[in-house]
Amino acid sequence: MVEKEVKVKLKSGLQARPAALFVQEANRFKSVIYLIKDDKKVNAKSIMGIMSLAINAGSNVTLAAEGQDENEAVSALQSFVENEKI
Amino acid sequence: MAKVLVEEVINHFKLELICGKKGINREILTSDISRPGLEMAGFFTYYPAERVQLLGKTELSFFASLSKKEREDRMNQLCTEKTPAIVISRGLEVPEELIESSEKAGVPVLRSTLKSTRLSSLITNYLETRLAPTTSIHGVLVDVYGVGVLLTGDSGVGKSETALELVKRGHRLVADDSVEIRQAGENELVGNAPELIRHLLEIRGLGIINVMTLFGAGAVRNYKKIALVIHLEFWDPDKVYDRLGLEEERVKLIDTFIPRLVLPVRPGRNLAVIVEVASMNYRLKNMGVNTAQQFSERLNEAIRDR
Repeated sequence: MVEKEVKVKLKSGLQARPAALFVQEANRFKSVIYLIKDDKKVNAKSIMGIMSLAINAGSNVTLAAEGQDENEAVSALQSFVENEKI
Repeated sequence: MAKVLVEEVINHFKLELICGKKGINREILTSDISRPGLEMAGFFTYYPAERVQLLGKTELSFFASLSKKEREDRMNQLCTEKTPAIVISRGLEVPEELIESSEKAGVPVLRSTLKSTRLSSLITNYLETRLAPTTSIHGVLVDVYGVGVLLTGDSGVGKSETALELVKRGHRLVADDSVEIRQAGENELVGNAPELIRHLLEIRGLGIINVMTLFGAGAVRNYKKIALVIHLEFWDPDKVYDRLGLEEERVKLIDTFIPRLVLPVRPGRNLAVIVEVASMNYRLKNMGVNTAQQFSERLNEAIRDR
């Protein structure tokens, strides 16, 4: 189980398109991945779940993964949300 | 930890804010309400300061019979740093000693025209709902023949597609993909969709669809009690699946155990029909007809008689 708190730096937060890309990225991994914001925890592979959190730029979220590729998953998703260009 | 701001209670019950305005952001952490009768008589040893205090006709008429010195003293003790709010019922006159003390301590004093008992139960109910333990889980919640069925399983296993088929067959969607669950009472879990994605369904290849505008108001529900969990998983040839239905597996959500079925997914299996039948069978069991059990007894009898 890997857990990491990251800051979302995407210019306009996780709007619909970036959210779809995020979920697509998460689905590349076999691990079970969660994204936690405040007291809400959603499956990072589910687009509706991610969008229901309405994550804005500058907010802190926690990425948690469990499985054979947990480290890769967390670091890939971290670099995704920290990418300021998307 | 859940909390409710005094301001939310004011807005919800349309209470009149008498004084102590600077305290309207105080947090209420417990649903219990205190009626400080003994405290008015001077017994503050077990004063539950963290609760909302409700002063009714009894407390206030007794209070009025005290001397000026006592009245000031009691109200000073009643208004503490921790006291979230003091509510006056029946639209009664607020004693000036209370106004003074509450302004000093920053405790909001609110007034309602309702009677104490009614007001007390309304506020308790409201606080209980708002302070109930909650969690959110990955799954789809549907109402099938009045049974709240929570479909769980890995991404891509077909939860949303099954929900769509169920909606098409006249059942109702509550939440897709992310379900907020709240412990509404003893052994009662209620699920709803996060506000932002209410009535929406995501189908791979189609994208996001609005079930209410496509299928009508009868195809959705805002919340539903969860009675049954159906877990969908890809067929695993090495795993043993239930063939009899004699054993009942249960899964714990928050503090409640809910019956759970595991359905293997394989091309050619119509999941929506199976979920429908599972719900009907659940209802049948609740009405006292347990087919698996009854059949097993019949078999036992037949073996004995041989």
